[in-house]
Amino acid sequence: MFTVGSGILAQNGFALASFQGVCHEASRADVAVQRRSGKRGHDGAGFIDCDSPRAVQTMTRTRPSRARTLTLVIGLLPAALVVQSQSVAAPAPASATDMPLALRLSPSQYRQTIADIFDPSIQMTGSFEPEVRAQGLLAIGARESNVSDSGLESYDEIARGIAAQVVDEQHRATFIGCTPQSPTAGDDACTRSFFARVGPLIYRRPLTQDELQTQVSEAAKASGKLHDYYAGVAVSLSEMLVSPNFLFRYKLTQPDPARPGQERLDGYSKVSELSYFLWNTTPDEELLKAAASGSIHTRSGLEREVNRMISSPRLEAGVRAFFSDMLGFSDFDTVSKDPSFFPRYTLNVKNDSQEQTLRTIVDQLLTRHGDYRDLFTTPHTFLTRELAVLYGVPLVDPGDNGEPQRWIAYTYPSGDPRSGILSEASFTALFSPSGRTSPTGRGKALREYVLCEKVPPPPGNVSFKFIEDISNPQFKTARARLTVHRTEPMCAGCHKLTDPIGLSLENFNSAGGYRTEENGVTIDAAGELNGKKFDGPLGLGETVHDDPAATNCVATKAFAFETGYLPPTSDPQWKQITQKFADSHYNFVELMRQIALSNLAYTVPSSAAPLSAANRQ
Amino acid sequence: MKPSTLMWTRRRLLRGMLAGGAVTVGLPIFDCLLNDNGTAFADTGAPLPTRFADWFWALGLGEEDWRPKNAGSDYELPPQLAVLKPFQKKLNLFSGSQVFLDGQSNNTHFTGVQGYMTGKVSNSGEYFNSINSTICDTIAGRTRFRSLEVVCDGDPKAGWTARASGKLPSEVSPTALYTRIFGPEFTDPNSATFVPDPQVMVRRSALSAVSDQRAALVKQLGAADRQRLDYYFTALRSLEQKLDIQLQKPEPLPACTKPDGSQIKDDGHPASLASEAMVRHNLFTLLFTHALACGQTRSVNLAITQGMSGLRREGDPTNHHTYTHEEPVDSVAGYQLHCAWFQEQYMKALHDFAAQLDAVQEGDRTLLDRTVLFAHTDHGAARLHSVHNYPFLTIGSGNGRLKTGLHVPKPGDAATRVTFTIMQAMGVPISSFGTGSNHVATPISEVLG
Repeated sequence: MFTVGSGILAQNGFALASFQGVCHEASRADVAVQRRSGKRGHDGAGFIDCDSPRAVQTMTRTRPSRARTLTLVIGLLPAALVVQSQSVAAPAPASATDMPLALRLSPSQYRQTIADIFDPSIQMTGSFEPEVRAQGLLAIGARESNVSDSGLESYDEIARGIAAQVVDEQHRATFIGCTPQSPTAGDDACTRSFFARVGPLIYRRPLTQDELQTQVSEAAKASGKLHDYYAGVAVSLSEMLVSPNFLFRYKLTQPDPARPGQERLDGYSKVSELSYFLWNTTPDEELLKAAASGSIHTRSGLEREVNRMISSPRLEAGVRAFFSDMLGFSDFDTVSKDPSFFPRYTLNVKNDSQEQTLRTIVDQLLTRHGDYRDLFTTPHTFLTRELAVLYGVPLVDPGDNGEPQRWIAYTYPSGDPRSGILSEASFTALFSPSGRTSPTGRGKALREYVLCEKVPPPPGNVSFKFIEDISNPQFKTARARLTVHRTEPMCAGCHKLTDPIGLSLENFNSAGGYRTEENGVTIDAAGELNGKKFDGPLGLGETVHDDPAATNCVATKAFAFETGYLPPTSDPQWKQITQKFADSHYNFVELMRQIALSNLAYTVPSSAAPLSAANRQ
Repeated sequence: MKPSTLMWTRRRLLRGMLAGGAVTVGLPIFDCLLNDNGTAFADTGAPLPTRFADWFWALGLGEEDWRPKNAGSDYELPPQLAVLKPFQKKLNLFSGSQVFLDGQSNNTHFTGVQGYMTGKVSNSGEYFNSINSTICDTIAGRTRFRSLEVVCDGDPKAGWTARASGKLPSEVSPTALYTRIFGPEFTDPNSATFVPDPQVMVRRSALSAVSDQRAALVKQLGAADRQRLDYYFTALRSLEQKLDIQLQKPEPLPACTKPDGSQIKDDGHPASLASEAMVRHNLFTLLFTHALACGQTRSVNLAITQGMSGLRREGDPTNHHTYTHEEPVDSVAGYQLHCAWFQEQYMKALHDFAAQLDAVQEGDRTLLDRTVLFAHTDHGAARLHSVHNYPFLTIGSGNGRLKTGLHVPKPGDAATRVTFTIMQAMGVPISSFGTGSNHVATPISEVLG
């Protein structure tokens, strides 16, 4: 767990030292490429000018100790930020593609980034602009997520709240890192050292001199006006946090020397993509150094960074973020269950159900290094007491200390109807209305979220003359009611795709609790998926486990989670990735590694399938 | 909230102001602020502004049974709309029109609204530049908020307002909306004193620095991302304008009072009961009414739920949407009884909103009279997912821009004609609207004022 002062900034190892290296190493790599191509550096503001006398002076210095870093940041600042202002650079061509590439930072990425730059104790109040799901992922929808008037208002509110905490009396010594000469006026040197450290973490690249000077000047102006040094810094910091340079992850490109005529992501875009893919956060010092030096473009450099990231505990954050997106957990924001029907479905249970599945996934994929497919059949999970009450599981807590939210490892006994993540409330409750189940909704969700299959929408002007009232004694169960859909030609095409899946989960009510009857009639949980018949949730889990669509789907979505677009499935490189995934017995970490190491993820496609349904309800 | 609590008459207003000691005014205040006719501000001669309210309810009104037999002013409101009887003279009911699919599929609960709100039907699911945002841009004037959007069931994506950048998110919490409008950044236009907030001044300056980043970014991006960047900077300009407005003393607005925040306690949690959503609705519309009267915005947008409404009655596990498909038409009543109950709740809410607006006197008219409140839904007959025979309502004349009290049947006509007519009435400078069979170039002239 993080503690106060545990963020990247607080660790104090990321500052001037990094960028001395950045400049030095970049001088012979990116600069050469950029000059050949006539393109700018990542920031779009000019080349990394390591020929500058001041830069050279700095480059010859050895890396300072952590204890000395702050002093050096102040003393050597001009050299630390050797990226020239935009006026010296040649005009930069626009991106090689007209498809949207910039990804709006997701709320999860925003939170993790702020927690890592500063500290997890920083509270973020206010609502983020809603995300857009496209082609099955919010990560793809991020490519067409914009910022609205009210959305920017919210970002501004959140940013001001963060900035106020960064400079408050509790945190200022840690985060600002220096004491101003006067608490009631600006202090450019102190301010400069602060933004020299946090700026690259916020913008995911070095700041230009102009950018740094702007932050310092705005802080000084505000400090003077408000007669408060820290208030001035907060104003300038909050401005950075509403900048498009922070809210959007831009994919900037440069010619790919290995493939003449084609583009690749530049170093900073590449490490940013890697970092949000594997860690769900901003690139750290090592990644930014790899970008600056150009080593990230070499096979060995990329492997070094990917292997380092995969062996880091931070990988869990990336895995959690991916599966939260893939399984639609953001929709829990609008889930409610009627307490008169489901008194056990509390707010804690709603939150716990997501955490249960994420813990199950982390356990299976990271701790056990297990087969992805076993997520659908594994009896191993984790429960809180409240969740156990919902499930009717007799949970024994040997270390009971009165904490209802304590997580306890649990293994379903043989024959238990629950096994695998599809039997958990994170699936069964998420895809059910508030009062009744919807086998159609559950079946559609499984097709779309887990198997990557699109279910067409229902037709218009459809006749519902065969649908009868729930009070009709002939139609007491969902199966009986939905049989009408599957026999009515106009409806049958799609309902045959969805209902037999969802009906196999009818033993779970709308809240995810177990039941054997509906309206006094014993539930028949027989199901069918792509011609394979089975019985109940255990049968469904085994069938999904064996369905090649499940592994293809997770691979496709993992790639899209990194890049924002679907993979070119006919590309030999993609076939190689999926083959290695299979060869590893569907080890998900190996899949992440192969995607992260593949050129496919950093090759900018000239076009991509148009986003669909992204601005729908 | 009962409508009576909103009756802030001149006497009540003055009593409140004087008792609070906020400012000393000579009587009568309205005569000081408005011209002799009560139609414009006395000092500038500027007419009192026209407002627009967009109001969405889910799943229509039923099938054919709601359509009045008579056209024009001599018609009887159907039972589904009986609750609106007090406003019959101030409303128009449009019936019979449809959205043409032109070979595109009917993406249920979406395509119909897409058609009449954006003029275009497409399978891609795109939803841009809806008429409510176009109207908003036309009438916005100098207000803190270009528009306000809310949804009553807790889903911030359920609204129907979209700019070129896509759908606008909706506020789901009345408490949050109250803070946004009437929190610390609110300046009472009727306050005698005004001191610009130095915090706002420095924030405004800092945002200018963000604006300066545009040129550098534009050079690096492809066309699609440059366009998205433009959307960002459009939002930034709105935020800057909001701060600019906060730095200037606002014009006095006699009808403006700040609502009692202690009564607005609702965090916007997901609402599955119709009763919850209706209480929230009236909190939102109360805030809307105050915001409109206080010049904070001229355009408000509300959706009770998404089209596929999940609202239920207490004790009943089946939701409205499921009932539209599973409930048989009652052989005696001739309609779906459960569904009718939900429709009744929604129309009661519409009545309450209209009543709140009508309780505010602004010069010679009420706020409702200066507003066009446009009510619309996702399907003609929800039981059939029909895009025919849409019920549309307008309440209020928008400062006389619409004639009122009429039933306007347009069987088989394009529904876009209704929305085109409203846009023209609100002053949007367009001569036609819609594509394909939904293209219209002539408004419904009988309702134009």
